[in-house]
Amino acid sequence: MKSYNLTHIKELEAEAIYILREVFAQFENPAILFSGGKDSICVAHLARKAFYPAKIPFPFVHVDTGHNFPETMEFRNNYVEELGVKLIVGSVQKSIDEGSAAEEKGKNANRNAIQTVTLLDTIEEHKFDACIGGARRDEEKARAKERFFSHRDEFGQWDPKNQRPELWNIFNGRCHHGENFRVFPLSNWTEMDVWQYILSENISLPSLYFAHDRQVIRRNNTWLPVSEFITIAEDEEVVTKRIRFRTLGDITITGGDESDADTLEKIVEEVASARQTERGNRDFYGGQEEAGIFLIFESKT
Amino acid sequence: MDKDIQKHDNTGYLNMELLRFTTAGSVDDGKSTLIGRLLFDSKSIFQDQMDQVAKSSERKGLEHTDLALLTDGLKDEREQGITIDVAYRYFATPKRKFIIADTPGHIQYTRNMVTGASTANCALLLVDARKGVIEQTQRHSIIASLLKIPHVIVCVNKMDLVDYSEEVFEKIKEDYEAFASKLEVKDVRFIPISALNGDNVVNRSENMPWYGGSTLLYTLESIHIGSDYNHIDCRFPVQTVIRPKNDKYHDYRGYAGRIASGVFKPGDEITVMPSGFTSKIKSIDTYDGEIDEAFAPMSVTIQLEDEIDIGRGDMIVRSGNKPEAIQDIEVMICWLNVNGPKPRAKYILRHTTSEVKAMIKEISYKLDISTLHRIEDDIQISANDICKMKLRTTKPLLADSYRKNRITGSLILVDEATNETVAAGMIV
Repeated sequence: MKSYNLTHIKELEAEAIYILREVFAQFENPAILFSGGKDSICVAHLARKAFYPAKIPFPFVHVDTGHNFPETMEFRNNYVEELGVKLIVGSVQKSIDEGSAAEEKGKNANRNAIQTVTLLDTIEEHKFDACIGGARRDEEKARAKERFFSHRDEFGQWDPKNQRPELWNIFNGRCHHGENFRVFPLSNWTEMDVWQYILSENISLPSLYFAHDRQVIRRNNTWLPVSEFITIAEDEEVVTKRIRFRTLGDITITGGDESDADTLEKIVEEVASARQTERGNRDFYGGQEEAGIFLIFESKT
Repeated sequence: MDKDIQKHDNTGYLNMELLRFTTAGSVDDGKSTLIGRLLFDSKSIFQDQMDQVAKSSERKGLEHTDLALLTDGLKDEREQGITIDVAYRYFATPKRKFIIADTPGHIQYTRNMVTGASTANCALLLVDARKGVIEQTQRHSIIASLLKIPHVIVCVNKMDLVDYSEEVFEKIKEDYEAFASKLEVKDVRFIPISALNGDNVVNRSENMPWYGGSTLLYTLESIHIGSDYNHIDCRFPVQTVIRPKNDKYHDYRGYAGRIASGVFKPGDEITVMPSGFTSKIKSIDTYDGEIDEAFAPMSVTIQLEDEIDIGRGDMIVRSGNKPEAIQDIEVMICWLNVNGPKPRAKYILRHTTSEVKAMIKEISYKLDISTLHRIEDDIQISANDICKMKLRTTKPLLADSYRKNRITGSLILVDEATNETVAAGMIV
């Protein structure tokens, strides 16, 4: 008999497409949380496949910290136009101006934590009942138990003790008014899977992922990009390095690695031999499991 | 070393298969150590993760790096020293990518074991070589059998503590086989290991020359999983209808879903259930183009020759091989919620992509999952109980027996008031 086997990457793709279609069928007002990072780009690509030849039936939500890499913004705008989807921007600056969020102080101040406020406000304002994100279980130990359909109470909170069991491929997205879900179609993917998929599907990414020359300073064991949003201390020296970013986030805390990987093939090769987990050089996460758990799930916008 | 070479080989990486396995074990049988060992010896651990574990081990005053710390999750369970809930872990070798559903083994966590088992191709059962087959081993095996996990690997662990004795291993194997003859597990294998020292986990043990079988990792890499999906009975539950309504695809009407089982081809004569209308498959579409066959677990969009009213919850099947449309259903239930079922209670029942209401008509018996005995005089059900029930639904389910089809034979019950998933069911 002929053997009917899918490769692991095709099986993961089929699973993600199934999840995206479930979201469409089970919820009234879902959205994709789109940060312009590789994982959310992957989710968008899978959504395109899931509903082809129709357009992606979800708006994209971008939580704009105001501290963005210009390259990410440019990519976002072009991609949204290419897909023909609606873009909804939640502004962290607006949350600060309105007093619902307070700016952090000090040398390592960033807007990673307070963007949760903006995200929750945006969800409430637009009454989204499901927000699709690109988070993976392999990113962080605390995420190992996260569900595909992750329930949030009316305060937007994730309660690890009150998550619904997920059996077989039956997902329960029923919720009360005011509650909502985060949905993670890439739950079972690893960083390597994402990169290999991007390579095999030839998915476009922001140029930041590829090696380029950039002005940086050495801070917290990483090369931090020089931007108008950071204050450079007297003992810090601005240098030009050939770097690339493994993850994209708030420009004030996203450090780059020295690298010559300027093609997808070279990036995959680099990832394969990497000795650090990808968030290892976002110092924000270091060992802050208890304090960070809520943020870890939310910050991936 | 091998891994690095292979991982650079992108074609190789894209050709790997996916194996999902579940691990069950009790607090002290070394399950976390075994998983840590698999991840570590297969070089799936990053340097910064390893540094952290080394630091924690030192802080705890341990002489060696405790690999079990690699898989520790939330803080509260670290303090309790046990695992609660199902944690998913990932690693890959050049042959396969693995998803581990890591579940706690204690009786009060039956629901977690059931959850982890529901998607697994393979169950890894740990037996402490000093203790042999204990009640817990039997419980795990019964769950693996109930959930129809196709393959079971019994790892006899802590062989280092019984002087790597062949006799001890053979005795445990014999005991297990005697017990397992009552179960419906087809493929059982036994491997003597020491997770702590790494014997027969990834690398072959020099301490057990009498063992001629494969290491655990090799077994996981080579078990035949091609037949784990049902490729005979064609079932396509419709998730949603795709209608682009633009100029180019003005009349396009595609049925989107994931193949539950069987192989579909353009030209196939199909019946849409429950309506019973028949048609032929016009095309099987994907973003990457039309394909000439689709099988489980692919996600595709099917177009039919005729315009038929089809929606979510309907099922496209081969005309010559249909599931039963039934309203009185016998199920084996694992109760998941802390609140047990109320007599004649009504629930929302989800089965494939359909949703109906269901009433519990009768609880036939409760199963003692350590012995397989049927308890008929005490049918008070609470969380972690497994029982047989009769349900009556408002609309027919397009059902297969779970034995035949893990996708179209499974269901969940949802509490209408709380929206919680309260039970998992397998159609008898």
